[in-house]
Amino acid sequence: MPENASHTPEAVERLMESTLESVDSAEELAVGLAERAGVDEDDLMKIGMAVRESMVNAVVHGNRYNANKKIRFTVTANSEHFTVRIADEGEGFDFTALPDPLAPENILRGSGRGIFLIRAFMDEVHFRQLHPGTELTLIKHRAPGQPAA
Amino acid sequence: MSMKVTTRQVDGITVLDLSGRITLGEGSVTLRDAVHDVLAKGSKKILLNLENISYIDSSGIGEMVSAFTSVKNAGGELKLLNLTKKVHDLLQITKLYTVFDIWDNEASAVSAFK
Repeated sequence: MPENASHTPEAVERLMESTLESVDSAEELAVGLAERAGVDEDDLMKIGMAVRESMVNAVVHGNRYNANKKIRFTVTANSEHFTVRIADEGEGFDFTALPDPLAPENILRGSGRGIFLIRAFMDEVHFRQLHPGTELTLIKHRAPGQPAA
Repeated sequence: MSMKVTTRQVDGITVLDLSGRITLGEGSVTLRDAVHDVLAKGSKKILLNLENISYIDSSGIGEMVSAFTSVKNAGGELKLLNLTKKVHDLLQITKLYTVFDIWDNEASAVSAFK
């Protein structure tokens, strides 16, 4: 167990504004909890980036910066999984119909790589349609022997 | 930490030394403006030095691709110099490693411009 384990929350939950500042805050919260939970440096970078891309989707494409719409952000860590949930209040999107950013016709596009990177960096990514909104669940499996938060 | 750009000339090549984070918002806009400024001044040979870029997100990657396309469409060349491991890995994952002309030595990169 890490030294500060008894002082470290096993879960963080926040209701966030639809701003780019929230993107930074969410990334810091997730990486901070992952670090205290003993996640290795390589996975810290991946978690941080996946959270950042997911939050950008929620703020920019989901809630469209609408000040009346919030983002529910939850991080939990246990001995088996590190899990992040990000739920916006937007109109939702068809996550089965995203263009492949690696396809030759898309490779020089200036956007469209966010979801691809989230999937590349996390072990599991789940989408759930809310009413209204979209919830992304990002899961990183813990290696055996890693401490919980 | 936001992104900073300093510009210098080396044998007719414009070298942009970037530092900080290229992410959605300020970082991406700073890169876009810097490349557009260079093109507007008539220079079409640009070397992006990424040695001090600590972080880049999908928006930053997209901005680099857009810069590459803008310079190419203007009849010029844009090359990358000194990728950190993080940026290197990102370009490999996104299959952009073979799209960009990438160097780890400034003198060689400058010489490689036509």
